[in-house]
Amino acid sequence: MQDLTQALVELIRRTSTDLPADMELALREAREREAAGSAAQGALDTMLVNTEMSRAKSRPICQDTGTPIFEVHYPVGWSTRKLAAQIKQAVTIATEKSYLRPNAVDAISGDNSGDNSGVEFPTIHFHEWDEDAVKVDLMLKGGGCENVGAQYSLPNAPLKAGRDLEGVRRVALDAVTRAQGQGCAPGVLGIAVGGDRGASYAFSKQQLFRPLGDRNPDPELAALEETIKAQANELGIGPMGFGGETTVLDVQMDTMHRLPASFFVSVSYMCWANRRRSMTVRGDEVTYS
Amino acid sequence: MIHKLTVPIPDEAIEALHVGDQVEISGVIFTARDAAHKYMVEQFIKTDGNPQESEWPLYELLQDKLNGGVIYHCGPVVAKDAGQWRFVAAGPTTSIREEVYQDLVIEHFNLKAVIGKGGMGPRTLAACQKFKAVYLHAVGGAGTLIAERVVEVEDVHKLKEFGVPEAFWQIRVEGFPAVVTMDSHGQSVHADVAAQSEAKLKELVAA
Repeated sequence: MQDLTQALVELIRRTSTDLPADMELALREAREREAAGSAAQGALDTMLVNTEMSRAKSRPICQDTGTPIFEVHYPVGWSTRKLAAQIKQAVTIATEKSYLRPNAVDAISGDNSGDNSGVEFPTIHFHEWDEDAVKVDLMLKGGGCENVGAQYSLPNAPLKAGRDLEGVRRVALDAVTRAQGQGCAPGVLGIAVGGDRGASYAFSKQQLFRPLGDRNPDPELAALEETIKAQANELGIGPMGFGGETTVLDVQMDTMHRLPASFFVSVSYMCWANRRRSMTVRGDEVTYS
Repeated sequence: MIHKLTVPIPDEAIEALHVGDQVEISGVIFTARDAAHKYMVEQFIKTDGNPQESEWPLYELLQDKLNGGVIYHCGPVVAKDAGQWRFVAAGPTTSIREEVYQDLVIEHFNLKAVIGKGGMGPRTLAACQKFKAVYLHAVGGAGTLIAERVVEVEDVHKLKEFGVPEAFWQIRVEGFPAVVTMDSHGQSVHADVAAQSEAKLKELVAA
């Protein structure tokens, strides 16, 4: 089994410092929709300049380098225990190199571990697959947007949200309204319907790895993604909550089986600094995307 | 037009600002977030200015530097080169968590501006009006760009106890860009946008 530590450090560097092209393009398009000279347009300009500077200087786009969330796909026979150790080592090295802020604090005392090590930190999920390659997806999810995520148990009487797609639409728009600009709009929504509470939130975050514009294969869900996106933008919250045309850049959802008794809708909000990248290791060859 | 503010900021400069105005700040400011605000209120304000003896040096420094001064809600990424700290990424953090402390801190230290993101609530807005202060919104996530405006890290306080994100970083900034979203005349962009979006939501979910 190879030592992937250095390759993982590079994955972390790229994720923290180089905003993916689909996000940058979406921000450019959003900029054109805002009134010239408005605070909203000014905010988008700042985001775009910052994006270029971070990439050129290899510095974190945002100082909140978030919870590192690793989704690891590995071939039969690999040791997940050893992979986890390599990931943790890479996170420590990336923290020393200032690609990551020391971001893990004791839940009660608040004491900072100093190197992003901690209990159940970073987040790592393993998935064995049949391919003869290791693929690591990494997302850095900051606290501002994580704090505005929401989970609803349907039916929800105040929102008149029943156990159907119309109910999902209602609670999703409620979540965006409650978030205002606090999640660093314009953001991306990952929505999961079903599951238990824990699985539902995890699945909503997995939606955020999809490229912008990717639609659910189910035409009804695809249509709802479009509807929620359009209506969220009608709310007028705008970039950073300054008021404006663009509040979300995309909405991506999927469903999972649930108990007959439970109907959870989980909304994960990702900020404009939507840092997610992948690394594939096949033999000695490492590619990043 | 961009309003250029230099610390210490006089009341007249604050009164000239209105929501939507763009500003650039220069001078020595302090980062302070959750742990720092809790500490200031518990050590300095609830004791009526009689902190434990060990805290006197920091108290006197803050009394001097925050008089007409600026607090920045930020937990930076830092690096240390040859013994000198440097800001690497330093965008704002969410401000509303300090809502229960901010008005007390504005009053106690004669603070003139708070920089953060996401806006603050009615208590802070009332304090801005009563004590002549403003809330300034920086662009969240613009970590690299804002760090470039931090020309010197003068000192850091409570680093060991609070950790890097939560420490008081005493920094000299030049041309720090922000937008006034809460002014000293009782206006708040955040209150307006919240009211408009909530009305729109009602429309969109009307049965």
